[in-house]
Amino acid sequence: MALHIVVCVKSTPTSVNVPVDPATGQPKTAGLPTAINPYDEYAVEEAVRLKERVPGSSATVLTVGADSAADVLREAIARGCDAGVLVSGPEFEGGDSFATSLALSAAIKKLHAEKPVHLVLFGKNTNDVGAGVVGVQTAAWLDWPSATAVKKIEAIDPSSATVQRAMEDGTDVLKLALPACVATVKEINEPRLPSLKGKMASKKAVLPKWTAADLGLQPAQVGAAGAATAIAKAALPPSRPAGVKVEGATSAEKAKKLVDILFERKLI
Amino acid sequence: MANSGILVVAVSQRGALPPATYELVSAGRKLADALKQPLAAVVLSDKASALAADLASRGVDKVYSVEHASLAGFAEDTFAKAAADVARKEGFAKILLASNVAGRALAARLAVLLKAGLATDVSEIADDGKVSRPYYAGNLVASVEIKTPVAVLTLAPMSFPRAEPGAAKAEIVPVAFDPGAAKTTFSTYQPETSNEIDMGSAERVVSGGRGLGGAEGFKKIFELAHALGAAVGASRAAVDSGWIPYKHQVGLTGRSVRPKLYVAVGISGQIQHLAGMSSSGTIVAINTDKDCPLMQMANVSVQGDLNELLPAIVEEVKRRRGAAPIAA
Repeated sequence: MALHIVVCVKSTPTSVNVPVDPATGQPKTAGLPTAINPYDEYAVEEAVRLKERVPGSSATVLTVGADSAADVLREAIARGCDAGVLVSGPEFEGGDSFATSLALSAAIKKLHAEKPVHLVLFGKNTNDVGAGVVGVQTAAWLDWPSATAVKKIEAIDPSSATVQRAMEDGTDVLKLALPACVATVKEINEPRLPSLKGKMASKKAVLPKWTAADLGLQPAQVGAAGAATAIAKAALPPSRPAGVKVEGATSAEKAKKLVDILFERKLI
Repeated sequence: MANSGILVVAVSQRGALPPATYELVSAGRKLADALKQPLAAVVLSDKASALAADLASRGVDKVYSVEHASLAGFAEDTFAKAAADVARKEGFAKILLASNVAGRALAARLAVLLKAGLATDVSEIADDGKVSRPYYAGNLVASVEIKTPVAVLTLAPMSFPRAEPGAAKAEIVPVAFDPGAAKTTFSTYQPETSNEIDMGSAERVVSGGRGLGGAEGFKKIFELAHALGAAVGASRAAVDSGWIPYKHQVGLTGRSVRPKLYVAVGISGQIQHLAGMSSSGTIVAINTDKDCPLMQMANVSVQGDLNELLPAIVEEVKRRRGAAPIAA
């Protein structure tokens, strides 16, 4: 039985060296080069692998972002996804995880009504906010089960998935009733580069654009208006004091001086 | 009724409370005193009574004990329902959880269930309710305003002291829980076979990188970690080369650590690695290249041949300590 997989991605700055606008105290991302959030590549690859594993399956890539975020949908299609949907409009600007996950859940509901969704995949976190919560929040809005830190999908059929979750102290195995949301970790696979055939398909792909109205949401529920949090002020982290250089004629002498410091500072 | 009070959500893992739980209690106590609001904890476990008694002695005003067979292994939806039931019933204003896999997932669900603003990896809570958390892999730190009456916060590990047990015992209130039909079934848990210290709650971490030259080099890292009573970490380069498993990776694609002492051996300090360790207390860098970013930012740097330095440090620690190992 074929599966319909949705994979959620985000267009983020390619570099994490982001300046702060001194006037507003907000991170200044305008004009920075963007690409698919690197951790989303694992989710995209897993969607494509599930397509290969379960014949007849399809994968739809979904994002909430500016019109330029269409680029990351095309990237995911080049890597093997079948279709993409862009949730975009000025009303979505300035959203936090709360508002964005609501928009994603509404888009997934719309996709689900068109063609039942079995699994929604997410990356571990993004390289901008980095909270790693949007996947679970989306599941909560949908009232679907979820698992985070998934390093392996052991088994899957249209009604359930058995997954391995990487915990701090070992591996949990969970069975989720589908549909469900799963956030992946890097260990799950090794993403492949886009194929030539994929690149051709991505160029031709027609990407529907959905606004809040298309999703049945009020403008006040999404973007900055719907956000439950806001950055009051961003700043560079405090700089560390200049360090001590341990010198010595021999390795033994350096080792002794280092261990002296560790004991003096009560670090060991 | 306006929301009031602070609730620590204690998730038992393998029948015990992770040490980070006690950090939540101390952070919660400080906040409760500043706001003149009560501090409560809720224990979610199949064996909650015993754990509730422990928490009751650590400076909370009340402990809700939710004991149910469905709370044996961590299932995100079931645990969230149990925590949300207590949070809603009592109208708590601030919900504190640990920034670990379980705490983060639970916080995400609770935020939606309670229509609450969520901030993760919080390192500071100001008296006005604003919280500090990292953005862009720690390149920026932002003060975040929570706009909703209820705030859900996960606290970065090792950012707050651990509450110690005392003589006073808080009231323990057992809470009945109906999980409903489960959509998540916890099946099995496979523990790490090695008897290593977990990085997330370790006071000391020794990490190795490309400069070690191979898997053989990591043996020296394990020896040094053992001598210092430290957990073992690694850079992405070392993990990608297959010298050490992924679970040891520190950094953006791996784990964030904040130990008292972080020793980076043969790690140049790519920004992705710094993201995972730059808030450590004291950073020691050991490298052949004195100009690499980690040697530049370290509190203590030692330049030299790793093959000589590592055994010499192990030898020196053992000589000073005698045969007694250092408690982790």
